[in-house]
Amino acid sequence: MNRYKKTFSKLKKENKIAFIPFWMIGDPTPIKSLKMLRILAESADILEVGFPFSDPLADGPIIQESVNKALKSRTTIKECFKIISQIRDEYPEKPIGALIYFNLILSFGVEDFFKQLKVSGIDSIIIPEVPPEEINSKIESKFSLLELSKKYDVSLVFLPSTNTLDTRLEKIIDISSGFIYAISSPTTTGGKIDFSEGIGKLITKIKNKTSIPICVGFGVSSPEDIKELKIMGVDGVIIASKIIKIYRKNGEKGVKEFVEKCKKVT
Amino acid sequence: MQKINFKKELFKNNGHFGRYGGCFAPELLQPILKNVETVFEKFKNSEILKNEFNELLKSYAGRETPIYHAKSFSKIAGGAQIWIKREDLLHGGAHKTNNVLGQAILAREMGSKKIICETGAGQHGIATAMIGALFGFKTKVFMGAKDVERQKMNVDRMKLLGAEVIEIDAGSMSLKDAINEAMRYWVQHSHDTYYVFGTAAGPHPYPELVSYFQKVIGEEARKQILYKTGKLPKEVLAAVGGGSNAIGIFQGFLDDKNVKLTGVEPAGIGKKHGETIGRGKFGCLHGSLSKVNCSKDGQINESHSISAGLDYPGVSPIHAYLDEIGRVKFSGILDKEALETFVEFSRTEGIIPALESSHALAEAKKRAKKYKKTDILLVNLSGRGDKDLHTVFKGIND
Repeated sequence: MNRYKKTFSKLKKENKIAFIPFWMIGDPTPIKSLKMLRILAESADILEVGFPFSDPLADGPIIQESVNKALKSRTTIKECFKIISQIRDEYPEKPIGALIYFNLILSFGVEDFFKQLKVSGIDSIIIPEVPPEEINSKIESKFSLLELSKKYDVSLVFLPSTNTLDTRLEKIIDISSGFIYAISSPTTTGGKIDFSEGIGKLITKIKNKTSIPICVGFGVSSPEDIKELKIMGVDGVIIASKIIKIYRKNGEKGVKEFVEKCKKVT
Repeated sequence: MQKINFKKELFKNNGHFGRYGGCFAPELLQPILKNVETVFEKFKNSEILKNEFNELLKSYAGRETPIYHAKSFSKIAGGAQIWIKREDLLHGGAHKTNNVLGQAILAREMGSKKIICETGAGQHGIATAMIGALFGFKTKVFMGAKDVERQKMNVDRMKLLGAEVIEIDAGSMSLKDAINEAMRYWVQHSHDTYYVFGTAAGPHPYPELVSYFQKVIGEEARKQILYKTGKLPKEVLAAVGGGSNAIGIFQGFLDDKNVKLTGVEPAGIGKKHGETIGRGKFGCLHGSLSKVNCSKDGQINESHSISAGLDYPGVSPIHAYLDEIGRVKFSGILDKEALETFVEFSRTEGIIPALESSHALAEAKKRAKKYKKTDILLVNLSGRGDKDLHTVFKGIND
């Protein structure tokens, strides 16, 4: 059983949902980001990390700033893999997901990249610009992304939102593994969550069709949000921008307190 | 090169051009792009909408634009006759007007009340501000802070036309960052906002859609050159930043296999450049697979060109494809060469060419010598250069 399955079934037995904090590798420096990941890992059920990419189209200004800091401190792709390997050694059972823009993968070499994901212990990957329609295409590789994900046992995670058409949603459910990352409301990361905009409907729609865990992100920013989403029946929550904001204001200590509070209400 | 009937086949694969193209955009944009695709299909099948577009091109924008034999410039170059397609005479001062008139109709048909766009040189911003005024849309123009500085006159024109100019100081503060911000804005406002994309790049359907609205340049030019000279040009040249004016004129000649097609990219100052096809690699930027100017790790490089309109680290996937199959050849012109030609062309012909177009003119001048006096080189003079005076005088004095 892979790490995601183990984690979600354990949480289910405890009547808990997964707390998934996000951090950009290299923010503000590679060494400090390793320290941050350790702090997050203490409260996290699952870790989500970002590889810095200069033009993060799907993200808001807070994550863009994280990227700028990471690139300014010369965080390379090699460095990202090194840091993940370190975390993997220290937390052998914790699932680790990564958000990685496609250009980084194409530059590295597509199959080599998947090999490296496996070697460093990454369990899932979000490639924000690759739509479900393209996962069977062989892009600069002998194998399609779907084939590579199976070959190297790295789950592909997709991000349906409240405005995703039903036919697309079915396709996404069909090809997802690990978990489904549902977008709370049509916004970029760090925007304000609006529970009235149909996230509940989206969760129900997905739940009716699959047993794959659903985690919600984009705009989730407080223990109150987590409680509300838990009642709606989600299996996990992802918090990114809020943690970065707290770090800028109150440093590591502030983040530690915040994630402990978040974990408590899951 | 394999035999391809471009007219029939270039746009047959749903936005894929060989291994380039596609709709590599975040999930949140996918439903919006699907809507754009649907309304574009409706446009192509509607004689009423097409007539409206053609009428606007004629009576509002001033088509058709003439072709002109630049005799004095040809004489200096020595060799072939250099002819130019006068897109500089189009209302707005550049070819961009063709595209925005088409997209304005799409926006209206989608029921949008607001439009947004990105701009580098400011030409697309102005064109969008114009149609915003014409159609009664509220217009926001996203523009890098560096470009706002070097294209001040254009910023004033946009404001006069009623557009709001949003200055972007993220990243390299130029075109790519303006596109990032415009797309982010669109994600949150798509319910009432249409994104008027300026070049033949971006996610499907934009490369095809922009090419479609720009093909009038090539269709006219082919007819005109045949009418005036009785023959086709040996070579057609156009500057390539994102690539919309080039794909516009090339579409008239893709199936004339004896007509060479040349895209001219900005070689900048050598080390820093905007030669995405010439020196970039396979990658993914702003929604499509194409050539990308990026680091070994895949981080997007800051491109450089004296011409703001060519200063872009991405390029149309259609050009990447036409380069790969060998139908279009690409070359580079330095800032310095473009500047020299800008001045020389102004003085010999009494026409101030845009710095973008000066790249294509400079390449034509270099190549003319290899040809006979009866041969024709056709250059797309994509815009006029008034907007560049500030940059040019700064460049000359440096």
